[in-house]
Amino acid sequence: MEFYRAHVLVCRGTGCTASGSEPVMEAFEKEIEKRGLSKEVKVLLTGCLGLCELGPNIIIYPEGTYYCKVKVEDVPEIVEEHLVKGRIVERLLYKERTAEERMRALTDINFYKRQKRIALRNCGLINPEVIEEYIANDGYRALAKVLTEMTPQQVIDEVTKSGLRGRGGGGFPTGKKWQFAKDAPGDVKYVVCNGDEGDPGAFMDRSILEGDPHTVLEAMAIAGYAIGAKEGYIYVRAEYPLAVKRLEIAIEQARERGLLGKNILGTGFDFDIFLRLGSGAFVCGEETALLASIEGRRGEPRPRPPFPAVEGLWGKPTLINNVETFANIPPIILNGAEWFASIGTERSKGTKVFAIGGKINNTGLVEIPMGTTLREVIYDIGGGIPNGKKFKAVQTGGPSGGCIPAELLDMPIEYDTLTQAGSMMGSGGMIVMDEDTCMVDIAKFFLTFTQDESCGKCPPCRIGTKRMLEILERITNGEGREGDIELLETLARNIKASALCGLGQTAPNPVLSTLRYFRHEYEAHIKEKKCPAGACRALISYEIIAEKCKGCGLCAKVCPVGAISGERRQPHVIDKEKCIKCNSCIERCPFGAIVKK
Amino acid sequence: MKLAAKKDSELAEKLMEVEKMLEKYKGQKGALLQVLQEAQKIVGYLPIEVQKRVAEALNVTLSEVYSTVTFYSFFNLKPRGKYQIRICLGTACYVKGADKVLSRLEQELGIKVGDTTDDLKFSLDACRCVGACGLAPVVIINDDVYGRMTPDKVPEILKNYE
Repeated sequence: MEFYRAHVLVCRGTGCTASGSEPVMEAFEKEIEKRGLSKEVKVLLTGCLGLCELGPNIIIYPEGTYYCKVKVEDVPEIVEEHLVKGRIVERLLYKERTAEERMRALTDINFYKRQKRIALRNCGLINPEVIEEYIANDGYRALAKVLTEMTPQQVIDEVTKSGLRGRGGGGFPTGKKWQFAKDAPGDVKYVVCNGDEGDPGAFMDRSILEGDPHTVLEAMAIAGYAIGAKEGYIYVRAEYPLAVKRLEIAIEQARERGLLGKNILGTGFDFDIFLRLGSGAFVCGEETALLASIEGRRGEPRPRPPFPAVEGLWGKPTLINNVETFANIPPIILNGAEWFASIGTERSKGTKVFAIGGKINNTGLVEIPMGTTLREVIYDIGGGIPNGKKFKAVQTGGPSGGCIPAELLDMPIEYDTLTQAGSMMGSGGMIVMDEDTCMVDIAKFFLTFTQDESCGKCPPCRIGTKRMLEILERITNGEGREGDIELLETLARNIKASALCGLGQTAPNPVLSTLRYFRHEYEAHIKEKKCPAGACRALISYEIIAEKCKGCGLCAKVCPVGAISGERRQPHVIDKEKCIKCNSCIERCPFGAIVKK
Repeated sequence: MKLAAKKDSELAEKLMEVEKMLEKYKGQKGALLQVLQEAQKIVGYLPIEVQKRVAEALNVTLSEVYSTVTFYSFFNLKPRGKYQIRICLGTACYVKGADKVLSRLEQELGIKVGDTTDDLKFSLDACRCVGACGLAPVVIINDDVYGRMTPDKVPEILKNYE
């Protein structure tokens, strides 16, 4: 085996790749080659480390030094200083917002310190395109264990005892689902991995598929053994080309090593996995719609029961779990159900991955034990709200969830507490909003989304969400009427009660939760024709405060429609007729002389 | 006239390629979606001629093919621009002002979301979360990702695609 004295890990997740980590990696390879260090230092690509905002991210082992925002120009310096002379390049280290000194290791910084990585255990640590690296980190050991030491029922009992619940949204007990699929009569059964991560603002499944694809393959094979299936399908969004590529490589490698296919590990167990790509339809995340899509049809849901565990893909019993749920399976098998159940709370076991984004300092992916409070996630891990703004709400659960206000920040994160608060766990998107975000506008944003993505099969969702959206549009346009709030509430209740699938039943949640906590904002729009957050364009206008304006002309230059005029060094004015309210002038003005009213 | 003739011959060539691809899938159950994805990869969009051929090859009705094509947002019935601009309107991007970036794009290109410029150079689409929320707001032009977008950056970036 080759031995290297140092390893340079370059994050090649979607976030860092977009920030330019590919040329950085090439620069490292070239520089190391140039200095004749190729036999001593190895450059590797890895999956997502989580702090996407600071990309391109790089870690150098054995020290575990974490460098962020690394540019191609920085590479010679890192090689010269760190890899040749053994001196850390201080200026590229991560700097905690609250502390003076820079942090050397990834494990030292608050963003990582409070995390517990189970589903993400290999992300950012191994090269997802090399099966040996996964195997070296206990990969496929859980599969070997179940095939040689456990009966299918013992596997299911272990999963049931662990208390693992579905990580894709609903939170259904995973062990129970496996049991249903095992008990369903039939010779042909299927295992399906739901990788149609459609909630805007959630990208944990993408990171797992990109950073550790083998964990999903291994877990699916374990599930196949437990329920008696020989075939599995992974349904991935077409929006995730990198995840698709890594999965293709992983499946190929697993087949070559005999970890997928016929007679796995010589135990007589056959299992193979196939990929299916989505084509851009949110509703396909719903399990019956997803199955229709794998069958090559329109992704329309159908009534349940019969549940897929009894009648699923091509009418056969089918087990469907999401990516993150599967990623928890190998560690549960290896470390035991008691270990997993010891993490988290009474009714929500283990950890959950959240994608934190929006108006927050550290955006990225975090995995935390269940029961952590929202405050810890947003302030301790997320580093709080940027630009000294005030926290207003955090949105969880995507278009099916709701907005949670500041009063509830100390709430522990669990399936049930989030539901009680009018939101839901969902797949784990967590979007932070500050005082500049209008809650009516956000409700409208989500309704636009669900209305657009409604498949049209059932009238409550097809027509009901449209009517709700029309009311919200009228309110944000300053044409809201008395009684609109009550009408929204009635419509919301009826849609929840009568829609066919999860998409429709949860579509009114963003409206109901904002009405519950921010009713006054709705009232201000309707009664006073004002948007308190200054976000709804129809209700605001832009003005220049003459006393503050120095006449620098920057705003006039940046205005795309030429609505700002004035003499140099004289106060400028905005022509309200021409102004399209694009906000460019406010962002450019160095004197804070432009205001929204 | 010449241009139209050239276009026809190009399309004919691509249809040949589609035929070859269809051979692979003949008689396979549930292959419709995969076939359409591959056909779009070859032709760039799914004109009715292609849909007809797909229906024949897979032995399904044209109405089933058409209803599937129009159900999924990834399939296009019309040709798209040489440069496909997609702006993410996911929650994180929206909260960070993606709508303002979109307005500027529409204004600069003189087209609305979903449309293509007359010279077939640019098409503009809004898309759901691309999962790059750490870089919000995000605009993607073909395979290039532009993060932390502002309306001001729009004209400058479009210049790269002259």
